[in-house]
Amino acid sequence: MFLKELSEARGVSSREHEVRDLIREYITPHVDEVFNDSLGNLYGVKGKDKPGPKVMLAAHMDEVGLMITTIEKNGLLRFQPVGGIDPRVLVSKPVYIGKDKVVGVIGAKAIHLQRPEERTQVLGFDDLYIDIGAVDDDSAKKLVKPGDVATFATSFGEMGDLVVGKAFDDRAGCTALVELTKLEFNCPVYFVFTVQEEVGLRGAGPAAYRVGPDVCLVLEGTTASDVAGTDEEGYSTTVGAGPAVSVMDRSVIAHPKVVGRLFRLAEEHGVPIQNKRTITGGTDAGAISLSREGVPTAPIAVPCRYIHSPVTVMSKSDLEHMIKLVELFVHDIADKGVDFE
Amino acid sequence: MKELLKKLTQACGPSGSEQCIREIIKSELPNYETRTDALGNLIVEKKGPKSKIMFSAHMDEIGIIVTHIDKEGFLRFDFIGGVNPFYLPGERVQFQNGTLGVIGVEKLDKIADLQKSNLYIDIGVESKEEAMKLVKIGDTACFTSPFIDLGNRLVSKAMDNRVACALLIKLMQELPETDNHIVAVFTVQEEVGLRGAKTAAYGIDPDYGLAIDVTATGDTPKAMTMDVSLGKGAAIKVKDNSLLAHPYVKDKLVELAEANNIPYQMEVLEFGGTDAGAIHLNREGVPSGVISVPTRYVHSRSEMVDVRDLDAALALAKAFAKADLK
Repeated sequence: MFLKELSEARGVSSREHEVRDLIREYITPHVDEVFNDSLGNLYGVKGKDKPGPKVMLAAHMDEVGLMITTIEKNGLLRFQPVGGIDPRVLVSKPVYIGKDKVVGVIGAKAIHLQRPEERTQVLGFDDLYIDIGAVDDDSAKKLVKPGDVATFATSFGEMGDLVVGKAFDDRAGCTALVELTKLEFNCPVYFVFTVQEEVGLRGAGPAAYRVGPDVCLVLEGTTASDVAGTDEEGYSTTVGAGPAVSVMDRSVIAHPKVVGRLFRLAEEHGVPIQNKRTITGGTDAGAISLSREGVPTAPIAVPCRYIHSPVTVMSKSDLEHMIKLVELFVHDIADKGVDFE
Repeated sequence: MKELLKKLTQACGPSGSEQCIREIIKSELPNYETRTDALGNLIVEKKGPKSKIMFSAHMDEIGIIVTHIDKEGFLRFDFIGGVNPFYLPGERVQFQNGTLGVIGVEKLDKIADLQKSNLYIDIGVESKEEAMKLVKIGDTACFTSPFIDLGNRLVSKAMDNRVACALLIKLMQELPETDNHIVAVFTVQEEVGLRGAKTAAYGIDPDYGLAIDVTATGDTPKAMTMDVSLGKGAAIKVKDNSLLAHPYVKDKLVELAEANNIPYQMEVLEFGGTDAGAIHLNREGVPSGVISVPTRYVHSRSEMVDVRDLDAALALAKAFAKADLK
């Protein structure tokens, strides 16, 4: 699996090319056709002319990150978030900026120099800056331009079944989708790697319009809060308990028969599965389900702790079980067709 | 009309779980072939050579969805659509399988601290195992409240938008002679973002869109300023947050109301949206408008409408259905 490579690849929304190039290389040997569209969505197609329902499997390539907005006279860089980032996770983090991978650190006043009341304040985006070691704006401008984007400089690591890295939302889904291209199915399958999910599900709508699928699963990394400080009713999902299926979130009410089939298949084949137990957040399913005359769609996701931060933690077995379940689902669609009315 | 409205409002159909409502509507329209699309919209059609008009009434209502079941069998939940948590303590809910429950609230120092995370549902069981025989994570429920007939004024939960479902059923049952191509769509998932209307409009590709929905009023003690009152006729929408009504459609509705002596009032709504918001942005754009039914206490379990406004709204919908449109 290419989880490490895909996690470490950089792809802030609208700058997904590094991720896309890797995925294109990985899937080309396994699909009949590979192409991308004008927004940057990448498509792998298998069994286009096979009978049976057209299945779309989607995962988004982009990750949250930072965009440089201003270069100060002293050579420090001001920035704004791209996608949902909690400013509390940013202080003292190293980042890589732009296509030349310029190294920077997100600075803040050292604890020795802070007044007591400053120590209790959360620093917002307007209080933070990136230090790239430039002495003034002229030298900074040789390395970075406003509009360049930064990603967290996080290396992938393993802790037994759990792994730590950045951007498992949604490189977990991308990794699963790459693995699934290696399998054979008796129906047409469109593997779609979308752009700009984190800024409003923007790539997925046009992709679904192009494909015109009969049914779709969206493979994701989702929130898990099974940690200290959260009451059980707020866990959302539990790491290691299998892929999580959303019945409803802010973007979609998953098609009940798609959800029902996933749970039935999980039970029949002994694959662990869990409900996502909050309705926060949105996924590409929101845009895809409303494409053209409507597409029965459900999100299925690997639970990720500390999501949208530099250090996301997830379980390899959850990822493997997600791949298994999606495989079973596509075979079931090929065998039994869709019955979603 | 009252009997039909009672049957429709008392049925349970939160967004995404509209099947009961769909079945009632089908049973009321036995003379039509109906179809249900991928999202669950129910589509009823009378073909004709002239303008294709999409009428829409959403079937769904606000409700709740179960997110957690604790050891003692209490359910935690989140909202479906615009639910006001301050209405909820002591309310009763009904699940799709008929299971009933009441909403309790944790001990709070002051009522202003109330949030949905302080609320739970008690379904009268003593353990998680017992609860899970009745309810699963992800199950949805609606609020319950009886239908009351106060003469001209009628009160129930889910007047938003079963009142429009009733009007659209009546329109199709009593459809006047017309060469227009009439498509009545009973849509899903309006309360969570006008979702059903979007895909239905794409499939139908209408020349005109006309949503029927409820609207707020400004005729109660210290109400917000709004020039819509119960009993003063059908409301013709000028704007809300989802739509600026197309001038041609809006003016045509006014013209038809004037010509047919149908009482009407102009509606300028400062918030909210209807299916017309999704329909008018379909494909290359669809001139769209809304006939609204003035409703007090919207999104409470005691939504109040006036039968005279229903009569006016139905008359106006019929007039539009047979209108000669450019």
